[in-house]
Amino acid sequence: MEWLSGLLSWTLKRVLWLSGLSEWGAAWQPWILEEKALEVYDLIRTFRDPEKLNTSEELEVVTESCVEVQKIHEEDYLVIIRFTPTVPHCSLATLIGLCLRVKLHWCLPFKHKLDIYISEGTHSTEEDINKQINDKE
Amino acid sequence: MKDSLVLLGRVPAHPDSRCWYLAWNPAGTLLASCGGDRRIRIWGTEGDSWICKSVLSEGHQRTVRKVAWSPCGNYLASASFDATTCIWKKNQDDFECVTTLEGHENEVKSVAWAPSGNLLATCSRDKSVWVWEVDEEDEYECVSVLNSHTQDVKHVIWHPSQELLASASYDDTVKLYREEEDDWVCCATLEGHESTVWSLAFDPSGQRLASCSDDRTVRIWRQYLPGNEQGVACSGTDPSWKCICTLSGFHSRTIYDVAWCQLTGALATACGDDAIRVFEENPSSDPQQPTFSLTAHLPQAHSQDVNCVAWNPKEPGLLASCSDDGEVAFWKYQRPEGL
Repeated sequence: MEWLSGLLSWTLKRVLWLSGLSEWGAAWQPWILEEKALEVYDLIRTFRDPEKLNTSEELEVVTESCVEVQKIHEEDYLVIIRFTPTVPHCSLATLIGLCLRVKLHWCLPFKHKLDIYISEGTHSTEEDINKQINDKE
Repeated sequence: MKDSLVLLGRVPAHPDSRCWYLAWNPAGTLLASCGGDRRIRIWGTEGDSWICKSVLSEGHQRTVRKVAWSPCGNYLASASFDATTCIWKKNQDDFECVTTLEGHENEVKSVAWAPSGNLLATCSRDKSVWVWEVDEEDEYECVSVLNSHTQDVKHVIWHPSQELLASASYDDTVKLYREEEDDWVCCATLEGHESTVWSLAFDPSGQRLASCSDDRTVRIWRQYLPGNEQGVACSGTDPSWKCICTLSGFHSRTIYDVAWCQLTGALATACGDDAIRVFEENPSSDPQQPTFSLTAHLPQAHSQDVNCVAWNPKEPGLLASCSDDGEVAFWKYQRPEGL
């Protein structure tokens, strides 16, 4: 009987420890998503328009807050980027979107789905461009 | 619902690139796949596994987007981003490119053979749909260039028994075409989707058309002939098409393909959320307002976007799928009990 009570007490301690862990795990979630967002941002902030000397970060085309990461499944994330072209009629907006897509496709180490948009109100034809950027063909 | 779709096997069809499309031959014994590696592969069974029987690699300079078998099964057409369509003739296990159709200004997105075997349709990012006639000497002639769409045309298919052509476009519409006095005309425009329509499928009777879209819905359209009992208005002698059902809330990303099984009536979808879903019509629902139930949902069918689903034309329940991960998978679908 002693071994039985010993087993029961061990099991109880284990269950308590595991439930504490899962609470702790849940608290990590937002931190993990932020980390992922920073990984994405690190890859996109340095690209530059060949005609300009500044990076996209310096021009504020992308900022840390423009990257959002959500969890879809275990090890699979949805990355949403909202970039801001420098002028409302920027003709390179589609190209910028495509460059972001290609860069992340090749360099982002974790499994992801990607949605890229122009920040609301920053381009005259933003709906058309958003549709083009997100058409994978 | 997971058990209604069981994995039979996977093959790395287009390694390190996307597999874009699949097509079963009319006999259901061969599966053609095509992809971003510019190749077409022909798959057949050997015992319990699927093996690659041929590789067609000299035909195209860029991605092969779609493939289609002729109704007789002796020819395969391939549509490519290099702006051409190749016609391959089958000779046992070998395929020879016998003709290359040129004319589109840029990427050809789809190709489809009419049930008669005498007509072929292609469509392109140049916004046009072309109809080609083929004669007994395997000579192809373009008989019509249709410029009805206002944007990239993604897909074309023929009606299973009539010479009626349907096209799906980035302009959010589906258009239907038929021959009228020696020329092809657009006889209907189906509006309702809120974004790019990626693919189409007719039901076995040809009375209904399913369309799938970037707006994450599948729409079912029904044909109403002039003088129909339901009182649906038609203009002149052209049938009218009405949206009779919308499947929304099931898909979390763009739906790239829809396939309607000609043997069982089951509807399968290929989605950008890596999942495959199957829907079946509820038997007691009103044919004018049908309802469909989700009978299978496999969340991680592939590790990336599913681009195509194709039902085997002879073996009920056999489904093939392909993905951005370059793989082709084979599935056995069984309708769940109690439907």
